[in-house]
Amino acid sequence: MVLCCKGQGWSMGASAVPVIIFTILWGVVGIVLPFVVPKGPNRGILQVILILTASTCWLFWLCCYMAQMNPLIGPKLSNGTVMMIAEQWGNKIPDLVKP
Amino acid sequence: MGSLFRSEEMTLCQLFLQSEAAYACVSELGELGLVQFRDLNPDVNAFQRKFVNEVRRCDEMERKLRYLEKEIKKDEIPMLDTGENPEAPQPREMIDLEATFEKLENELREVNQNAEALKRNFLELTELKHILRKTQVFFDEADYGLYYPYSSQMADPSREEEQVTLLGEEGLRAGGQPMKLGFVAGVILRERIPAFERMLWRACRGNVFLRQAEIETPLEDPSNGDEVFKSVFIIFFQGDQLKTRVKKICEGFRATLYPCPEAPADRREMAMGVMTRIEDLNTVLGQTQDHRHRVLVAAAKNIKNWFVKVRKIKAIYHTLNNFNLDVTQKCLIAECWVPVQDLETIQLALRRGTERSGSSVPPILNRMDTFEDPPTYNRTNKFTSAFQVLIDAYGVATYREVNPAPYTIITFPFLFAVMFGDVGHGMIIFLFGLWMVLKEKPLAAKKSTNEIWNIFFGGRYVILLMGAFSMYTGLIYNDMFSKSLNIFGSYWYVDYNVSTIHGNGNLQLDPKSMYVNHPYPFGMDPIWQLADNKIIFLNAYKMKISIIFGVAHMLFGVSLSLWNNQYFQRKTNIYTEFIPQVIFMCFLFMWMCILMFIKWIKYSAHNEDIEVTPYCAPSILITFINMCLFKKGTPLPKCPEWMFPGQGGLQQLFLIIALLCIPWMLLAKPLLIIRGQRKQHMPLTNSSNHHAPGTEPENTDLESQTVALPHKEEEDNNIGEIMIHQGIHTIEYVLGSVSHTASYLRLWALSLAHAQLSEVLWKMVLGNAMKMQGWAGGIAVWIIFAFWAVLTIGILVLMEGLSAFLHTLRLHWVEFQSKFYSGLGYTFQPFSFEVILESAAQNDE
Repeated sequence: MVLCCKGQGWSMGASAVPVIIFTILWGVVGIVLPFVVPKGPNRGILQVILILTASTCWLFWLCCYMAQMNPLIGPKLSNGTVMMIAEQWGNKIPDLVKP
Repeated sequence: MGSLFRSEEMTLCQLFLQSEAAYACVSELGELGLVQFRDLNPDVNAFQRKFVNEVRRCDEMERKLRYLEKEIKKDEIPMLDTGENPEAPQPREMIDLEATFEKLENELREVNQNAEALKRNFLELTELKHILRKTQVFFDEADYGLYYPYSSQMADPSREEEQVTLLGEEGLRAGGQPMKLGFVAGVILRERIPAFERMLWRACRGNVFLRQAEIETPLEDPSNGDEVFKSVFIIFFQGDQLKTRVKKICEGFRATLYPCPEAPADRREMAMGVMTRIEDLNTVLGQTQDHRHRVLVAAAKNIKNWFVKVRKIKAIYHTLNNFNLDVTQKCLIAECWVPVQDLETIQLALRRGTERSGSSVPPILNRMDTFEDPPTYNRTNKFTSAFQVLIDAYGVATYREVNPAPYTIITFPFLFAVMFGDVGHGMIIFLFGLWMVLKEKPLAAKKSTNEIWNIFFGGRYVILLMGAFSMYTGLIYNDMFSKSLNIFGSYWYVDYNVSTIHGNGNLQLDPKSMYVNHPYPFGMDPIWQLADNKIIFLNAYKMKISIIFGVAHMLFGVSLSLWNNQYFQRKTNIYTEFIPQVIFMCFLFMWMCILMFIKWIKYSAHNEDIEVTPYCAPSILITFINMCLFKKGTPLPKCPEWMFPGQGGLQQLFLIIALLCIPWMLLAKPLLIIRGQRKQHMPLTNSSNHHAPGTEPENTDLESQTVALPHKEEEDNNIGEIMIHQGIHTIEYVLGSVSHTASYLRLWALSLAHAQLSEVLWKMVLGNAMKMQGWAGGIAVWIIFAFWAVLTIGILVLMEGLSAFLHTLRLHWVEFQSKFYSGLGYTFQPFSFEVILESAAQNDE
C-alpha cells in the first residue's frame, strides 16, 4: 500500500502498515498504560517513565522512517556486491548467462 | 505532585526532651534516620560541651576495641559478622562494656609482654647454642693451627706445663710472664661484621684476632618479630686493656656477648643444659600462644557487635552535645529539620524512647516558622537513587524546585543510546547490568572495597537501562558489531544488466528505479551497511535527529521552568522570561526542525516536477544561516528559491519576532520591578510634598522623608543589580540556545565514531581471520576472536561507553538544566546510625 499525493506534485513514499503498527504500539505504551499503572508510591514515576520512553522511542523510529521515505541518493555498491545482492536477495540479473 | 518531582516539604521543629529520656529518644531517632539536628552550641569548644566525658569514654573504648581488632587480624582469626544491628545500649550498660574491654585489653597486653620476655630468653639461649657449637671449631683450629703456643695453653691444661717447659726460655724471654690469651664470644648481625672487623683492627692496632661463622637459620627478633641473620664471632686478645677495648667495641656494635667456657668438657655440659632449657621454653611459649589465641577467638565472636554498640553510643552523645540545656536543668532542647510527612513516625519513635527510659514526661515536638532555607530531601528507592546522585553531583536542587531526576531516568539512557547505538555492544552492557541487578543481595553483602566496582555496582540500574536503550537504537541504526540485520529484506534492488556491471567498478542504485518507494519498516535498510557512501547518507540522517532531539530536550527544560515559576508564585517571570524564551527557541530552532521534516516529505526521486526532486532539495543549514543573516540564497538553475511559497516572508517574520524577544527578556522584568517600586513610594513622597489635610501628623512627614532617602539609594543599587542580573540571564539564554543546539551534534559525532571503530575492528581483525580457509582458518579464527573480543570490550564497550556516559552527563547538566535549574540547595543529612556505621566501616578499610 503506497500513499501518494500526486495532486500537489508531492509524493510521500510511505507505507501505512508500519506507521500504524508502531504508532499504535508506542501509543499504547505511552498513553494507555499510564492509566493502568497500579496505585502506589511509585505511580507518578512509572507514568513518567512510560510516557518518556514511548515518546522518545516513537520519535526516534519515526525520524529513521521518514529519513528513508524519499532518499535523495542511493547506495553506491562495488560491482561484486551488486552481483552478490542480485543472486542472494532474490532478483536475478536478467541477462546473466548461466554456465 | 509525586514524591520525586519536588523535594520534600520540610519544617523546623523544636524538641523538648526530659534529661532522663533524652538518651533513649535520640537512640530511637538515630535508628529512624529522619531528623537533622542543628548545632545549638556553635561557639562552645569541644572540650566544654556537656557530654564531653562520655564521648571521651567512648573514644577510650573504641581505642581498646581497635587494639583488640589489630591483634585479632595479626593472628588471622576470622571475625564473625552476622550483619545484625544491635541497639545502642543504655547508659548504665556502658560501664559493663568498659569493664569488659578493660579486662580483655589488660589480659592481652600481659600475654603479649610475657610472650616477648619468653622469646627474648629463647633468643639468648638459641644464640648461646650456636656459639657453643661454632666456637668448638675455632678452638679446634686454634689447637692444631698456627697459634700453637698460645692455644696449647688454653686447650689442654694438663699439657700446659709441658709446653711451657718446651718453649721455656723463649716464652719467658719474650714477655717475662706467662702468655695467656683471653677471648670473648658473641653474636652480631651479619651486616655489621665488616665494619666490626675494621673497627677492631684499627682500634686494637691489629693485636686482636677475630673468627666468625654464620648462623644458617634466621633468628626472630622478639620486639618486632622480624627474622634476621646473625653470625657468631670470637675475638682473641691479650691483656686487660685490649679486653676493655674489645668489650666497648662490642657494645657499640650491639653484639651480645656470652660467657663461653674454655674447656671442651665444660662446653659440652653447657650445650646440653642449653638444649633442655630451650625445650622447656618452647613448651611454655606454645602454651602462651595457645592462651592468647583462645582469648582472641572469644573476643572475635563479639567484636563487630561491640564496635556497632560503641559507635552508636558515641553518636548519641555527640548529638546530645548539640542540644541546649534549659534553665531548670531538667530538660534538653533541640532544633531539627524534619520532613513534614514523617512527623507522625517521629512522634511514635519519641514515645517509644520515653517508654524505654521509663520516664513519665512525654517529649514535645513543636513546629517553628523560619525564614531560613530548609535542606533538600528527595525520598529515593534503590532504583531512583542512582539517578538522583547523578543530578546532585552537579548541584543539589534548591528547596522545593522541580527535580530533574525522574526525567533523567529515561532521557539519560536514551541519549547515551543515541551515541552508542549498537545491538551487540548494547547487549553486553545490558547483560552486565542484568547480572548485577539479579545478584543484588549477594553482591552487596560482600562489601567490597574496590572503588571502581562500587561505582559500577551503585549504577547497576543506570547500566541496565543504558544497555536496553542501546539495543533499541542499535536495531534502528541496524548496527550489530558493525553488521546489519536483514529481517524484512532490503527495499532496494539491483536493476543493471551484466555489461554495465562488468564495465563499472562501482555502481550507484537510483532511488527512482531501484527503490521500492517505501522504507524498511524498522530502522535503517541493511543495504546501507554494504554501501561505500554509507557515511554520507547516515551523516545527513544523524545530524538531523541530533538537532531534533536537542531542540526537544531543551524545550522540555524551558517548560519545566514554567512549573517552577508557578510554584514559587513568580507570575511576572512567566510573562517576562518564560514566554519570550519559548518564542525565541521555537521560532528559530523548532522552525529548523520543521524545515527538516518538510524536506523529508517533499523531495522525492519519484516526483515528475523537477522542483521537487532531489536535484532541488535545499540544504537546511544554508537556509537557516541565510535566514539569520537576512541574505538571499542562490538556488540551482530551474529550482525555486523556497520550499513552499511564502517561506521567505514567514522566515523574516519569525526572525524579527525572535530578535524582539531579546529586548523583551532584557528589559521587561526590570522595568516592571522599577515601576512597582515607584508605586510603593508614591504615597510617601506625596504626603511630604502636599500636606495631607489633617490626616497625617507632622512627625510622620519627617519620618517618611528620612525613611524615603535611604530607600532610594537601596533602590538605585537594586535597579543596577537587577539590570545586570537580567542582562546576564538574557545573554546566557540567547547565546546558550545557539551554542547548545550545536552542542547536541555530539550525538551524531559519537555515534559516527562508534560505528567506524566497530567497522575497523571487524574488517581489520576478525574479517581477516574469517577469510582464511580450511583447518588453518579455523584455528586462526579461534585465536583472532580472542583479540577481537578483548578489543571490543576494552575499546568499544568500556572506553566508548565511558565517553558516551560523560557526554550524556554534560548534555544533561549544561544544556538541559541551564534552562530551569538553580541548584543552590543543600542536602538533608539526617542523624542516622546506618550512615554513621557505614562511613566508619569505610574509614576502617
